[in-house]
Amino acid sequence: MSAKHNTPALKHHFEDLGQQHACERLGIWMFLATEILFFGGIFGAYTVYRYLYPHEFEVASSHLNRTIATINTIFLITSSLTMTLAIRAAKLGNKGELIRWLFVTAALATAFMVMKGFEYAEDFHEHYVPGRMFQDELKSARDEIAGKSEEDAKKHQFKPERQKWAKELAVQVNHKHVDPGKVQLFLCFYYIMTAIHGIHIIVGIGCILWVAWEAWRGTIPPENYSTVEVVSLYWHLVDAIWLFLMPLLYLTGAGYKH
Amino acid sequence: MSIAAPQGAPAAAPVPPEPGPLPVNYLNNGHSIWSWLFTVDHKRIGILYLVSISIFFVAGGIAAGIVRLNLLQSDGAIVSEDAYNRAFTAHGVMMLFFFLIPAVPAVFGNFFIPMMIGTKDLAFPKLNLASWYVFMLGAALAIWSVLVGGIDTGWTLYPPYSTRASQSNVIPGVLGVFISGFSSIMTGLNIMVTIHKMRAPGMTWSRLPLFVWSLYATSLIQLLATPVVAITLVLLMVERAWGVGIFDPSLGGDPLLFQHMFWFYSHPAVYIMILPGMGVISEVLTCFSRKNIFGYHAVAWSSMGIAVVGFLLWAHHMFVAGISFYAALLFSLLSMLVAVPSAIKVFNWTATLYRGSISFQAPMLFSIGFVVLFIIGGLTGLYLATLGTDIHLHDTYFVVAHFHFVMVGGMVMGYFAGLHYWWPKMTGRMYSDFWSRFAACVIVVGFFFTFIPQFVIGYHGMPRRYPNYPQEFQFFNVMSTAGAGVLGVGYLMPAVYLTLSLINGKRATANPWSATGLEWVSQSPPPIFNFDESKMPVVVCGPYEYSLGVDQMGRTLPDAPTGAPAELHEGTAADGHGPTSPAKQES
Ligand SMILES: [Cu+2]
Repeated sequence: MSAKHNTPALKHHFEDLGQQHACERLGIWMFLATEILFFGGIFGAYTVYRYLYPHEFEVASSHLNRTIATINTIFLITSSLTMTLAIRAAKLGNKGELIRWLFVTAALATAFMVMKGFEYAEDFHEHYVPGRMFQDELKSARDEIAGKSEEDAKKHQFKPERQKWAKELAVQVNHKHVDPGKVQLFLCFYYIMTAIHGIHIIVGIGCILWVAWEAWRGTIPPENYSTVEVVSLYWHLVDAIWLFLMPLLYLTGAGYKH
Repeated sequence: MSIAAPQGAPAAAPVPPEPGPLPVNYLNNGHSIWSWLFTVDHKRIGILYLVSISIFFVAGGIAAGIVRLNLLQSDGAIVSEDAYNRAFTAHGVMMLFFFLIPAVPAVFGNFFIPMMIGTKDLAFPKLNLASWYVFMLGAALAIWSVLVGGIDTGWTLYPPYSTRASQSNVIPGVLGVFISGFSSIMTGLNIMVTIHKMRAPGMTWSRLPLFVWSLYATSLIQLLATPVVAITLVLLMVERAWGVGIFDPSLGGDPLLFQHMFWFYSHPAVYIMILPGMGVISEVLTCFSRKNIFGYHAVAWSSMGIAVVGFLLWAHHMFVAGISFYAALLFSLLSMLVAVPSAIKVFNWTATLYRGSISFQAPMLFSIGFVVLFIIGGLTGLYLATLGTDIHLHDTYFVVAHFHFVMVGGMVMGYFAGLHYWWPKMTGRMYSDFWSRFAACVIVVGFFFTFIPQFVIGYHGMPRRYPNYPQEFQFFNVMSTAGAGVLGVGYLMPAVYLTLSLINGKRATANPWSATGLEWVSQSPPPIFNFDESKMPVVVCGPYEYSLGVDQMGRTLPDAPTGAPAELHEGTAADGHGPTSPAKQES
């Protein structure tokens, strides 16, 4: 066996580290292609319905929490930067630095998920969830203004337990031809897309911590930094998908006047 | 065509001496169940897939048997109408997702891609093992959903029936299909990276065996189409579980959108099923006619052409579902276009046979069966791609017959061709020559009797998936069921003689068919890392140099199988100073 085969990082079935890294890089890029197609399917479905029901999508989007989404966007963009700094540290063979940046990245990702959790809790608390909850809440609000003219309905003092979105939507449904079914359709996409994205974030956190563990064990010498690169490519994709989710879900209704 | 070494160089290499069987090969390297369940050897994983899909093939076959038996009488002979729905759905789901999709890529692709391109393993061995577990998890869910009552939606799972009306176990079944999709992606990714990055020295793109090209095209589709059906099935499950209206028109959804997204995968998926079969045929036809393939580049690129064009014609399943006339026109045109690369393959195979020294061993018989049945299946596809005739033929038994001609007549024949071609390499044993030829004939005859009548009744308007039919169709249905019985016997025969070959079959030599590919360089069964590690193969010429009588390493081929003329094989003079047996170096 020649000397090049003695690197512990080299797996037995590869000729040399160059081949191993080339395989890893190509593999992750192909995986990213499948991810794009996976999200592409649901983005495509979203686009179809957004085109068919632009008004309802705008109305539904306007009730989402844009503050949390903005903070989360900042978290994720920053985490992409720290991930890249981790690669740099790996290339330079600076183990301490590598582990530190990986932990910062994982922390930002965790912060994203915590904020997302708060946001889901708030949506749930407001009954802004498609299905029975949404329908009951909206029905109670609509019952209160049943038979009123648009002017009167707008001035109507709702019971204190009515949710803000339900009050506004009740008027729009009664007087502005807004179809509540299609508002729920938007909410379905909101929940499915953010949930799938959230699962990807959690997987990402796992991968980042795993790389940190490997780095701590010393199995990521500078010549084998491609492990970090592979995880970072995945992480950047997860970020990039969020950069599409943010405008599609949150900014669509940002300018909507009730 | 693609000899790169200067003339004479390949012929100078000596005939490899016939090495004895290895003391340690991939099969006897560990006998415990764990040595199989935790293996990362691509060959063992291929065998794991082979065993599993054989079971699913039997399961799908039993469901098909129920369907055919029930159709013996015009009012349903054996089961209730509800059970009939569940039987044909089980047949479709089992055969498509758990047999046809993994059949060739996961069994022969896994086993032979690394061997054919001259490397030790696939690029990601652990991912490969994971793919099998994911596959089995998906299959377990699907089978469980069948055992606890089944699904009655048909394999196409159209909403809103599947999401609102159906009382059957849609979610576990769909979840099973969803999960098994990831195994398909993993296999495709692994194969594609391996082909790109791990070819032996000298194995250029235009020296790749056509099987490798066809699997490259297949993997491309697996990678790019499967994720779309995955997300579609997620949406379907969410809609069914929570009663929201993603595809339900009464809640603002659009059922046509489901059909678009479903067929965006499921049309290219038929190419996941047929392309690997085509690759097998290119290997077998050249070997058993002792000729170079006619038009190597045309056959290779037609695989890629099918993969790419195959993505652009999904809506031909929806001509009568209410898509716009102009869209239908375009999809009709594109559907006809994909017939071109398919026809290129058929013409090139035919030209390969022309003036070849053909011998009719079982792999060759299965391959010829493939070509004949595929031609019929392909041409009847044009009737369905034509807008006018499709209105008449849509959702009739004509579609069923067309599909089965391509998938069973084509792909299952291709699978059996590959199984018989590579069986000696995989197991180190030869099977019965007589019984294998006989089985091939029985299968072809049974197939014709099963599906030709379905063209007739379909043309006369019998709808698919109906348990009842007018009395005048009974004759054809009985004929079809009788044919299915013959077909079933035909499929049982390989199960018997292949199993027997493991017990008392003659030991296979390294290259029993005198084939040119690198997979025949090592002994049968191959060593743990496919080749003698101190002498990894170096490729000097194209994949089918049968007329020169050399394999891809430029070594003279051993004697051709029975039936091929001996004069093809010229340089036997060099015995004695060939490479020493690699067995000695194996640790
Ligand atoms: Cu199709």
